[in-house]
Amino acid sequence: MTRECSLLLPRVCAALADPRQPGSDDTCLEKLLDWFRDLTQFDPTASLVQDNPCLTEFIASVLALPEPSASILSFTLRLAGILAASENRFQHLQQEKLLVRLFGRDGPLNSAVWEDASVRSGWVEGVHSMMHHQPALHFLCNGGGIDVIFTLQGDPSLFVASAASQLLVHMLTLSVESETTKPLSTKDCDWPACAQMIIKRIEDSLQSSSASHIEQSLKLLTSLFGSCRATWTEVLWLGIAKQIESFLTEETVQAQHMLANLLLNMAWSPVFCDTEGSFWALVTSALEHLTPVQAGPLAVGILRLYKCPQDVRIQALTVLLQPMDCILRAASQPLEYAGLLDESVSDPITVESLLSSKSSCASLLCQTLAHLEELLSLIRLPVDLPYTSLLRFLMTILQFCNGFLSPASPLGSTISRILINCFRVQRSALDVLAALSERKGCDTLIGSLFDVLLAYLESPNTSPTVLKKTFQATSKWLVRLQELSCSNSQWQQTEKILQDVFLVLQKRLCSPCWEVRDSSLEFLTVLIKCLRDQDEFRQSLLSSEVPRLTENLLEDPESYVRASAVTAVGHLAFITYFAPESPVIGNQYNKENTVAKLQEILSTDPEGFPRRAVISIFTKWLRQGCTGQLEDTEKFVSRVIQTVEHDLDWEVRLGGLELVEVFCSQTICQLGLPKCPYAPVSSAVTSSIHQNESLQIFCRAKLFSFLFQSLCDCDKPVGQRACDILLGLRGNFYPISTLKDSQGTEDSPAGHGIAWLQRTLRQGSLAQNFPTDGGNGVDFQDPESMMLALGTIDLEELHGELNKSSDHVEKSPQSLLQDILATGGTIEENEADCY
Amino acid sequence: QTELLDLSTVDVILISNYHCMMALPYITEYTGFTGTVYATEPTVQIGRLLMEELVNSIERVPKAQSASMWKNKEVQRLLPAPLKDAVEVSMWRKCYTMPEVNAALSKIQLVGYSQKIELFGAVQVTPLSSGYALGSSNWIIQSHYEKVSYVSGSSLLTTHPQPMDQASLKNSDVLILTGLTQIPTANPDGMVGEFCSNLAMTVRNGGNVLVPCYPSGVIYDLLECLYQYIDSAGLSNVPFYFISPVANSSLEFSQIFAEWLCHNKQTKVYLPEPPFPHAELIQTNKLKHYPSIHGDFSNDFKQPCVVFTGHPSLRFGDVVHFMELWGKSSLNTVIFTEPDFSYLDALAPYQPLAMKCVYCPIDTRLNFIQVSKLLKEVQPLHVVCPEQYTQPPPTQSHRTDLMIDCQPPPMSYRRAEVLTLPYKRRYEKIEIMPELADSLVPLEIKPGISLATVSAVLHTKDNKHVLQLPPKPPQPAASKKRKRVSDDVPECKPLKPLLSGSIPVDQFVQTLEKHGFSDVKVEDTAKGHIVLLQEAETLIQIEEDSTHIICDNDEPLRVKLRDLVLKFLQKF
Repeated sequence: MTRECSLLLPRVCAALADPRQPGSDDTCLEKLLDWFRDLTQFDPTASLVQDNPCLTEFIASVLALPEPSASILSFTLRLAGILAASENRFQHLQQEKLLVRLFGRDGPLNSAVWEDASVRSGWVEGVHSMMHHQPALHFLCNGGGIDVIFTLQGDPSLFVASAASQLLVHMLTLSVESETTKPLSTKDCDWPACAQMIIKRIEDSLQSSSASHIEQSLKLLTSLFGSCRATWTEVLWLGIAKQIESFLTEETVQAQHMLANLLLNMAWSPVFCDTEGSFWALVTSALEHLTPVQAGPLAVGILRLYKCPQDVRIQALTVLLQPMDCILRAASQPLEYAGLLDESVSDPITVESLLSSKSSCASLLCQTLAHLEELLSLIRLPVDLPYTSLLRFLMTILQFCNGFLSPASPLGSTISRILINCFRVQRSALDVLAALSERKGCDTLIGSLFDVLLAYLESPNTSPTVLKKTFQATSKWLVRLQELSCSNSQWQQTEKILQDVFLVLQKRLCSPCWEVRDSSLEFLTVLIKCLRDQDEFRQSLLSSEVPRLTENLLEDPESYVRASAVTAVGHLAFITYFAPESPVIGNQYNKENTVAKLQEILSTDPEGFPRRAVISIFTKWLRQGCTGQLEDTEKFVSRVIQTVEHDLDWEVRLGGLELVEVFCSQTICQLGLPKCPYAPVSSAVTSSIHQNESLQIFCRAKLFSFLFQSLCDCDKPVGQRACDILLGLRGNFYPISTLKDSQGTEDSPAGHGIAWLQRTLRQGSLAQNFPTDGGNGVDFQDPESMMLALGTIDLEELHGELNKSSDHVEKSPQSLLQDILATGGTIEENEADCY
Repeated sequence: QTELLDLSTVDVILISNYHCMMALPYITEYTGFTGTVYATEPTVQIGRLLMEELVNSIERVPKAQSASMWKNKEVQRLLPAPLKDAVEVSMWRKCYTMPEVNAALSKIQLVGYSQKIELFGAVQVTPLSSGYALGSSNWIIQSHYEKVSYVSGSSLLTTHPQPMDQASLKNSDVLILTGLTQIPTANPDGMVGEFCSNLAMTVRNGGNVLVPCYPSGVIYDLLECLYQYIDSAGLSNVPFYFISPVANSSLEFSQIFAEWLCHNKQTKVYLPEPPFPHAELIQTNKLKHYPSIHGDFSNDFKQPCVVFTGHPSLRFGDVVHFMELWGKSSLNTVIFTEPDFSYLDALAPYQPLAMKCVYCPIDTRLNFIQVSKLLKEVQPLHVVCPEQYTQPPPTQSHRTDLMIDCQPPPMSYRRAEVLTLPYKRRYEKIEIMPELADSLVPLEIKPGISLATVSAVLHTKDNKHVLQLPPKPPQPAASKKRKRVSDDVPECKPLKPLLSGSIPVDQFVQTLEKHGFSDVKVEDTAKGHIVLLQEAETLIQIEEDSTHIICDNDEPLRVKLRDLVLKFLQKF
């Protein structure tokens, strides 16, 4: 603690303990606690409390208050806990008898203020902070604190209840791990006293008939097994396993819904998953007995495990696939479908009845679909999913939802009736479908899959959000289709599908609903990104009306659509104008027109999104080396940055800087300057010639005025980026050893200007009216001046300044203490006024 | 099918909307119908426009002769489909004429929403907004104790007409539900989107768009949609033509029926602004309207363009010319928006056709989801509907969601079936004249319940029943005037008092004993009690609604006992 702080602290403590003061705001108190936590974390000695007696005095004075405010009392409890975290300070506070008065029977816990949840929460947190050594453990166990914590598990405040549960887990672990001398075993189970108390309570409540007690204990066990992977947990488990098993089979206690999480956490623990024995039998039994909705999360959790007996894994998969099996069965003729599953884990009637009820059908399907998506998102799955059936299942669901499937069975017609126009299920199914495209093995159905997707794309009844998901799935499967047709040469099918897709895309681009136009353009962009190298794709696209309609949308009244159109047109340019064998398409836009149109959007569009899109497309073009064919890249860049430097949207300005960065590195690379520090150094002469040339290019393109001006940008990211670029440029033009000393340059006329520039830059965003016309003696287009500027201006210092967070001045503990005093001080002044 | 019903015996016709009055002249002018027709003003005005357009289109191409041989069943059988499948061709009639239309319309009595119209005192009918078209109505037919709602052609969507009045349909004994959407799978919003997309796509490709439609109704909504869409779609320079003999009247009528419009449009009128944006389209020359393709239109006609014209069946009207003009180019598109015609049948005579055909039926009438919501809201005791609505459409038999699903299940009817509605008329309301009411003296027989006897004359006329004071007894023949027959009212006999109350058996027995009957025995029976006076050989049967004293030939005893019984009862 600094001296200033230790001087301020007594006054702060006094102010906080003063009941006449208004309560300091909670953020200040939290910050104060954070500070104490930092102070005590690596210092187990009692010096903090010894050197600052004001702390113990503060606690004592709060305790002496007849009616302390809840927030101060809560703060005091938590502070005391933090202080008592080390044994030395604990003893110190014990000597002062403060801990007993705070956490013992006669403390707040028997006073009226205990009704306030923040006090109870402070009590639990304080105990938790303190609970790092045996004396604290004994202090609490002997003082009857365990009972209090067990009661708090059922607290009406969920925060308190959950903190109490966590605290018990922490205490149990601490007790076992710090107080056991020999390893525990089932035969010789000699729990330490404190652990014994907790375990007894858990066992008792599990055997009680109270659902809430059972629930609390199951929660406690769940977090215990989740956080502690020590072998003694098994000993604990063996004592309660029978009881827990009975919850699965007995319907008198409603605890089933808690079991999936408990078993999952155990399954992750090496203590249990390695065993051959009873644990997996219990998991199997849970998969059988829990309802499909409860068993789903357990099943998917098990399928994510690598260490798991194969039969359990298969069973989990069966549970997960049951709704899928049921749907496939419902959609087909009685004898036509052989069934997906060898046998059912639980009664298929249960799943059937859930699926045929209006209230549960959609939610069960959505849950199943979400689980399947979760599994598909894993890179390596420990188990093979039946991809073909999965695809068939998704297609069936999607067809149920749009009413295109006429099921033969009564169950099928019930489900179909429930699912028609159910957007929630459609969205989930399309998500899984998109994820499935990356898995191989379901290519035989690809033709009929596109029938389904196209029906969705074409139908006017498809809602905009469902359409967006359909587009996402379609783009993924089109990529897959393309890969397939490369391998099996089924071009005709691919071509037909692409034609159909573009036909429907054409219509969607003309939709009166802007969301639809927007997602159609995004879809087109994704397609071009993924498939632009494929001939069939390019031909189908260019022979459709899509490119022309896309360009029309650059003038859409909706800014989001204009932005997406800009991106799409920008990508389209890669296959029209920038392609090596650029095909001619007859429309009003040629490449010059397109560039001009985009530039017009950049300079005149009233909304930020389209302008951002333009600048990022320009950067993309530059990066891919497309602008070189187009016109002199230098002029292009120069024009663009002059447009964006005064843009009101900081993201556009930032985009401009990105363009500049790409341009700089490309120019330097092209002119042979080593960008990479390990590249062979060229001779001094050639290198300086190139330096000159690139510097001249940058000056002509008016890069420097934009960069230096951006250093004073009122939006920080812009300044930071500009500084990074300038630092990069300096690194290129000045080897480290040759940096000039700014002191010696002031004599020359350019030097004066640079000095002014340096002063201006120090003001940062406060600098008003940054002139770039050379009025202050800085000629931003003069290579020499700029070389000088790069060499003399302390960019590192600027960089440091810009990287400081905006509250770096106010963040110190000292200013925090002063703040707290200041709020108190104003009260004193006001009181004086009253007199 | 006039043989089903003798239309000359029909007293009243209630018209739901202008689409369902197209056959009115056939009824009013050919059947001897002498009743009254009720409809709202916009229904009549727009109905007139539709009929006028129809007559105009038919009369424009007069037929020199008409063939009727083919109507012979033997000949008809040999004709190609769909002619050979046409039913009742012998009943087919020539189109009516304008004078007949005018005569028919002159018989219509105009009514306003929520106006109560007494029909012969028997029932009251009230039109309610049905939300489907300008002036479209649902009808409530009610007596004092029964209420039947006739819901036909209703819409819950927010389009131009006044929204549907659902609240007034509550507490119906029977709700007759018909005129649901023809295309339950097509959601109107999606279809309007489809319409706009196809229109824009065609025009951008340099093609023309033909929209066969009625001159009123959905066209207002389409124009409003296009008004918002054309600028965003870059179609500002494309002309829109609306060609119909009644185009001008239809566009103008729509603007003056403010009170029949939805709230949004009504408020515009007070600004004052035209409620429909097509006024602005006309002003800015984006929408032009012509009575026919001849004259001004041929001078102004520019392509590519969008043409709205009738008739949606493609059998007559200016649409025929455009089909022939544009049918050969694949750049052009015909977009069907009216749901009442099969577009394939409409197109059949024009095949082979190069132009693109798009079917975007826009039917704003109730779909089955909306029906189930409506029924939940309105909760009628019984629903009556055509049989078709109680099963999935034949072409989509798996769509069990496309039928009316309510509890109790709806009563269905078929064509030409006579149904007995499931309620009985049990009560009639009777009025009491004030003088008569004054003379009544109610007697409280139980707390809160008072009774009075009424002696009066029941006077019934026009299904109204009134109780009047009975005539005074005729004066002794002081005057020599002859009594008029109408004054001959029935004579009133003096009334016996009415009794009420119950006889508490125990107290009665005690009273009997007080009066000297010593051998009283009481037996309980299923309906009450029997009090036995053994010595006197007398029975007193006391039941809930009667008391009998049975004793042989001992009148004084009977009278004595009667008086004892009467002590326990109230008289009035």
